Amino acid sequence: MNKPVDTRKKYCRFKKNGIKYVDYKDPNFLLKFVNEQGRVLPRRLTGTSLKFQRKVTQAVAKARHLALMPYIADALK
Amino acid sequence: MEVRNYETVFIVTPVLNEGQVQETVEKFTQVLKENSADILSTEAWGLRKLAYPIQKKTTGYYFCLEFTGSGNIVDVLELAYRRDERIIRFLTTVLDKHAVDYNRRRRNGEMNQQKAAKETEAVAQ
Repeated sequence: MNKPVDTRKKYCRFKKNGIKYVDYKDPNFLLKFVNEQGRVLPRRLTGTSLKFQRKVTQAVAKARHLALMPYIADALK
Repeated sequence: MEVRNYETVFIVTPVLNEGQVQETVEKFTQVLKENSADILSTEAWGLRKLAYPIQKKTTGYYFCLEFTGSGNIVDVLELAYRRDERIIRFLTTVLDKHAVDYNRRRRNGEMNQQKAAKETEAVAQ
């Protein structure tokens, strides 16, 4: 038997909500783009467009440098 | 040279007392002023827990300065950071037009206003 197909379409939340700047000073927002170990989630899971995925990874890198976010973690969420 | 917008965040070691912390911040604003920078905002985030220990310290005083300047102002500022052992971490970034706009809105408290408005509406109903 076939599995039920998930028909929800993925979308880029930055394009949809008109967000133009990804702030590295806001770790709570960036937590949405990392998994429990603190690794950055791929675009195929979050739906983020390439333009903003690059900005997200940059912001995460800056937040990690400033110890706002961990490089590695056990249970972040 | 072209005038650019910058933002710098630095972490001051937590072993200092309030007066010494203030003195440190004063020193770096002075460095900027001497190099003819315009300081747009100074934000103190206070004593925060670090996500991982830096120099065996688990907390630090965070400060964020936004300024405009030209020339080698960042070199001068970062050299001053490196020579000061009270600074345990720093990051300076160039701001693009979206970032400048974002920071201005954040300063004026325009963030999450729609959400707040919706909440007050819900309470009123």
